[in-house]
Amino acid sequence: MSSFWSWWIIVIVVINIGGSLLLLLANRKVEVRGGKSDEIPTTGHIYDGIEEYDNPLPRWWFNMFLITVIFSVVYLALYPGLGNFRGFLGWTSTGQLDQELAAAEEKYGPIFNQYMDDTIEELAANPDALKMGARLFANNCAVCHGSDGRGNYGFPNLADDDWLYGGQPENIKTSIVQGRNGIMNPWGDVIGEEGVVASANYVLKLSGRDHDAGQAAEGEKVYATYCSACHGADGKGNQTLGAPNLTDNTWLYGGSPEIIKHTIRNGRQGKMPAHGDLLKENRIHLLTAYVYSLSRND
Amino acid sequence: MSSITSAGPAPDYNVKVVKQFSIMTVVWGIVGMLVGVVIAAELVWPDLNMGLQWFHFGRLRPLHTNAVIFAFGGCALFATSYWVVQKTCQTRLFGGPLVAFTFWGWQAIIVAAAITLPLGYTTTKEYAELEWPIDIAIAVVWVSYAVVFFGTIMKRKTKHIYVANWFFGSFILTVAMLHIINSMAIPVTMTKSYSVYAGAVDAMIQWWYGHNAVGFFLTAGFLGMMYYFVPKQAERPVYSYRLSIVHFWALIAIYIWAGPHHLHYSALPDWTQSLGMVMSLILLAPSWGGMINGIMTLSGAWDKLRTDPTLRFLVVSLSFYGMSTFEGPMMSIKTVNALSHNTDWTIGHVHSGALGWVAMISIGSLYHLIPVLWRRKEMFSVPLINVHFWMSTIGTVLYIASMWVNGIAQGLMWRAFNADGTLTYSFAESIEASYPGYLVRLLGGFIFFVGMLVMAYNVWRTVRSEEQPTTVAQPQTA
Repeated sequence: MSSFWSWWIIVIVVINIGGSLLLLLANRKVEVRGGKSDEIPTTGHIYDGIEEYDNPLPRWWFNMFLITVIFSVVYLALYPGLGNFRGFLGWTSTGQLDQELAAAEEKYGPIFNQYMDDTIEELAANPDALKMGARLFANNCAVCHGSDGRGNYGFPNLADDDWLYGGQPENIKTSIVQGRNGIMNPWGDVIGEEGVVASANYVLKLSGRDHDAGQAAEGEKVYATYCSACHGADGKGNQTLGAPNLTDNTWLYGGSPEIIKHTIRNGRQGKMPAHGDLLKENRIHLLTAYVYSLSRND
Repeated sequence: MSSITSAGPAPDYNVKVVKQFSIMTVVWGIVGMLVGVVIAAELVWPDLNMGLQWFHFGRLRPLHTNAVIFAFGGCALFATSYWVVQKTCQTRLFGGPLVAFTFWGWQAIIVAAAITLPLGYTTTKEYAELEWPIDIAIAVVWVSYAVVFFGTIMKRKTKHIYVANWFFGSFILTVAMLHIINSMAIPVTMTKSYSVYAGAVDAMIQWWYGHNAVGFFLTAGFLGMMYYFVPKQAERPVYSYRLSIVHFWALIAIYIWAGPHHLHYSALPDWTQSLGMVMSLILLAPSWGGMINGIMTLSGAWDKLRTDPTLRFLVVSLSFYGMSTFEGPMMSIKTVNALSHNTDWTIGHVHSGALGWVAMISIGSLYHLIPVLWRRKEMFSVPLINVHFWMSTIGTVLYIASMWVNGIAQGLMWRAFNADGTLTYSFAESIEASYPGYLVRLLGGFIFFVGMLVMAYNVWRTVRSEEQPTTVAQPQTA
C-alpha cells in the first residue's frame, strides 16, 4: 500500500489504543474515599431515581486493561500490523505456510515414494498401500464419491464394474490428474417435446424396461440421428468420450422415465475436478491403486 | 423506588409505542426461537425440510438470525431505549408521528424479511441478507429512530445525559453507519443486487459490519438497557460513574477494529488480521467494565436475588455477558482460532451471548417494564418468572456446553494426522461425531423456547388483568 495509507493506519491505531490508555490512566484513582459503602460519594445526578456512585476503577480491572495494551504493543512490534511495517520477526502467513508444507514433505514424502516403483496391480494387492490409499480417498474423494466409493446422485459409483472413462489403471490415473467434463447437450429445443418422449421410450427399451413400443420405434429414429454419435449405435456408450452405456441399467442421474426425459431435455454437466496440481504424483499413484482395487474386491 | 417525588405533574410520556414494541418483543422472540428450534432439529434429522426449498436449512437459518437479532432484539431495544430516554430525560419522545412510523416501519421490514428469506431472495451477506429495497427501508426507519432518540435528548429536562443513553446513542449512530456502508449495492432487478465491493475488501467490509452488529447492536445497545434496568430493579445506585466513562469510550473506540478476527488465516492481508486480533484482546477490559458496573451495583442488595427472579434474570445475563466477552477475545487469538474457526464452538459462543446475555437481559427488563407500563403492582405470576428463569438458564447451559464439546471435537478431528501425513478423519466422520451434541443443543434450545411461551402467558395475563391501575410516584431529577 502507499505510504499515505500506511501512515493513515498507523496514526489511527495509535490514536485508538493510545487514547484508550490515556483515558484509563487519567481515571486512575488509587484512594478509595470513605471506608464503608454508604460513605462513598455519588456524582449528585439522579436520573429517574437512579444515582451513581463515584467508586474508583477496580485495581485488578485496571491492571488487566494495562496488560492487554502492553501485550498488543509488543505484538505489533513483532508482527505485521502497523501499515507497511513488517514487524521485527519478519513473519508472514504465506512464509509460515511454505515452511510447514516443506517440513511436511520432508517428513511424509519418503513414505509415499517407497511405492512409486510398484505397478498399480501390485499395489492393489498390498494391504499397507491400500490403507494409505483409503486415507487419501477419504480426505480428497469421499465428499463426492462417498466414503465407500459407491457414489451419489451425479457422482459415479467407483466400486462397480461400470466405467464411464475406462477402469484400467491408466484411465483412472488420467481421470484423477486431468479431471473429466461429462457434458451432455440439452436436446429439448432441437427435437421438441415429442422427440424427448419418443427417445426416452427408446432408452427405456435399451435397458430392457417397460416402454411404449410405438413411441420407442419413433424414438429409435431420433436416437439414430442425435444420440448415437456419442452413445453408439447399439447404446453401449463410448469410454473415450465418457458417454454412458444406456443398456446396463446403471444410472448416474437416475433412470426413472421422468428423469430420463429431464436429462434428454436439459442435458447434463458432470465435472470431476483435476487433481494433478492439488496432489503430488506419489499420492495419486496410491490413490489410483485404491480406486482400482474398489471394483475388484467383491 | 426513590422516595423523592415530583413537585409538578409528570411529563406526558409516550407509553403507547413502548407498549407496542414490548409486546412485539415477546411475539418475535417466540417466532425467531421457534425457527431456531426447527433448524436445530433439521441438523439432527435433515429430512425434516420435507424436500421443500422454503424449509431448507440454508433458507431458514438467515430467517432465524434476522428474526432473533433484528426482530426480537430490535424491538427490545426500541422499547427500552424509548422508555429510558423519556424517563431519564424527563420529557416526551420527540418527533410526533415519526415515533409511530418507526414502529410500523420496523414491523413491515420484519414481515418483508420473513417472506423474502424463505423464498430465497438474499444478498448472501451474513446478518445483512435482505435485498436492496428492504435495505433502503431499514435505512429510512433507522434514521427516523435516530431523529426521535437524539431529538428527545436535545429537549431533555435534565442537565446531564444518563449513561444508558450514551450506549443507546452510540448503538443507533454506529448501526446506521454500518448498515448503510455494508449494504451499498448495485441493483439489477427489484430482487437482486450485487455488492459494490469485491473479493477480500467485500469480506472485510462484511465482517466489519458483522462484528460490529455484535458490538453495537448486541452489546452497546443492551448495555444501555442494563444501565437502566439493573439499578432500577435492584434499587441501588450504579457502582461507578468513573468506570462508566472509561469503559464506554474504550469500548466504542476499540470494538470497531475487531472484525478481521472473523477472517483469520484467509486472503485478508496479514497486518489486518494482526490488528483484528490485538484490538479484540484489548476489548476484554472495556467489555468487562459493563459487567462489573452491573453486578457491583447489587452490592448491598444481594439478598434480593433470593426473592426476585427478575433480578436473577438481569444478574445471570451479566454473568453470561462476562463469560462470552472473555471467550471472544480468547477465540480471536490466532492459535486458538486455528482450532475453533468454522466449528460449532463459534455457534456456542454466539448463543452464550444471544441467549445468555441479549435474550436474558431483555426478558429481565421486560419483566420490570411491563407492570410499569400497564400500571400493575407486579407481573401476574412471580413464580412463573422463576420457572422461566430456570428454563432459560438450563436451556442456555445445555446449548453452550454441547457446542463446546462439538466444536472442540470437530477442531481436533479436523487437525488429526496419520503417520503418513493424511488426515485421520474425513469431514463426514466429524459430522457423525457431532450428532449427540446436536441433539443436546436441540433440547436446550427447545427448553429456552418453551420458556418464552411461559413468558407470553404471564405477559398476557398481566396486560389483561382486571386489577385497578396503580398510580406510580414520579421520581425527580436533581
